Amino acid sequence: MGPITAERIKLTSTRAPWWSAAAALLTTTGAGLLLAATVATTEPVTVAATQSARVVGTTVLMVLAVLAVTTEYATGTIGTTFLAVPDRAAALRAKAVVVAVLAGLVGLAGALGSWAASALLLPGGDLALTGPDEWRQVAGVRLVDAGAAVVAVAIGVLVRRTAGAVTLVLVWPAVGESLIGLVPVVGPAVGPLLPFQAADRFLADAPAGGGLLGSPWLAGVWFALFTAILFAIAVRVARHRDL
Amino acid sequence: MIEIRGLTKRYGPTTAVDDLSFRVEPGRVTGFLGPNGSGKSTTMRVALGLDRATAGEALLDGTPYRDLRYPLRTVGALLDARWVHPNRSARAHLRWIAASNALPAGRVDTVLEQVGLTAVADRRAGAFSLGMSQRLGIAAALLGDPGTLLFDEPVNGLDPEGVRWIRRLVQGLAAEGRTVLVSSHLLSEMAVAASHLVVIGRGRLIAESTTAEFIDSAADDTVLVRTPQPVLLAEALRRAGASIVPVDGDDLGLSVTGATPEKIGEVAAARGLVLHGLTPQHASLENAFLRLTGHDVEYVSGGPDQAAAVPAAGR
Repeated sequence: MGPITAERIKLTSTRAPWWSAAAALLTTTGAGLLLAATVATTEPVTVAATQSARVVGTTVLMVLAVLAVTTEYATGTIGTTFLAVPDRAAALRAKAVVVAVLAGLVGLAGALGSWAASALLLPGGDLALTGPDEWRQVAGVRLVDAGAAVVAVAIGVLVRRTAGAVTLVLVWPAVGESLIGLVPVVGPAVGPLLPFQAADRFLADAPAGGGLLGSPWLAGVWFALFTAILFAIAVRVARHRDL
Repeated sequence: MIEIRGLTKRYGPTTAVDDLSFRVEPGRVTGFLGPNGSGKSTTMRVALGLDRATAGEALLDGTPYRDLRYPLRTVGALLDARWVHPNRSARAHLRWIAASNALPAGRVDTVLEQVGLTAVADRRAGAFSLGMSQRLGIAAALLGDPGTLLFDEPVNGLDPEGVRWIRRLVQGLAAEGRTVLVSSHLLSEMAVAASHLVVIGRGRLIAESTTAEFIDSAADDTVLVRTPQPVLLAEALRRAGASIVPVDGDDLGLSVTGATPEKIGEVAAARGLVLHGLTPQHASLENAFLRLTGHDVEYVSGGPDQAAAVPAAGR
């Protein structure tokens, strides 16, 4: 419990994470409403349409998560952290848990905000949260953002430099995976395994394509598994590294 | 108690610490001396589990640092005073460190008081002067009320008042029965602050003894002589086996090594030479240190035996 409390104090005792979280919340809600409003001009708005902008919020939260790690390397507080908690797996796990909980809460608030704003301001849509699919599309954002935050923590540990790690999380989920999907032969083969595309399928309106990972729930499980594997690699690297 | 056993640390082709062994006993201040790049910081980083040893081990109260469950309750360390987030307050910095080792929150106020930072505790640490940062780093080291303390260059960049404060603090901690290891290249400071010394050069042990023994064994005493006949006296003393260096800015002064004041007086009397002054100069830690580490640097490919040997001949 000690390391988790320590990470919570760290994250809440500087202003940058608060600004990042507020930015994630506002951009997700605002852009979500905007995109849903565009859809509303031609067809009835669906629950999934209100979540079209969630990748914006996810990206901001990943930057927050990366900074939670790389700032420690930049300022040297990572040394203080490892002196206080020499079990590096425990230290990094605590950081991942705290950042993931924050990202999950902000993600959920953003998702509910986008949905509520659309429901209030865009009459005529079918926005009732009636079944498990609708709940998955709204509340699932929380799970994806939590997982994405853990991926970002792992990237921060592996890369250590702020510039490189931030670039990676800006490019990878939003652009990188789409580009890989366009590569002939390779793209279609690895496409279903790309983690952030799997996260998108987990939140999608209807299963896109068939196959083992066609089901949203299986896609979600794969995303979670990928997150766990990348984090385990980061912990292993940190444990065998000098400082 | 700190035990370093056969510790070796290589970074790629560079050997930073080479088969180093020593013990630091409780109840006294032990100075850890060596020129820049001699491996002091590396030894401390490995002892504290930040870097991994290539060979050997470091034990704190018999346990490797990484195996301590709440390490700050056993060991406190100040390695780098700049290891703080510039936008976090001093109090928040100490609060998270205390929380990480399940220390009572009241300890934060106690150590802030102890290092004199209570008034500025809620200011962001990035606005602190170097002296205040050092105090914050020391506060963090004291949080868990540990029995063993390691301070890496704690007086670096401090004003004389700060230096005196650190000296009193480390001596007070040792007097309470704690194990205190203080590294420094400010040798004159160590001569005052530390009762025991561990001296290293090029990653190897050069000496491990009390400060007094170290100075006695490693430095020649010199005598400052003033005479109106410096040329004649110098020749006579050289014949008697002493070595002579002229004194800068004093044509009538000679710095004599290898002869006691009594011997110099006898030589002068036998030749009918006049003496105006005869002042014994006590060997300084600086001289002892430079001789020993300079000797070590000479033996670029030397083995540990050569490095450990105290040189019998002069520079």
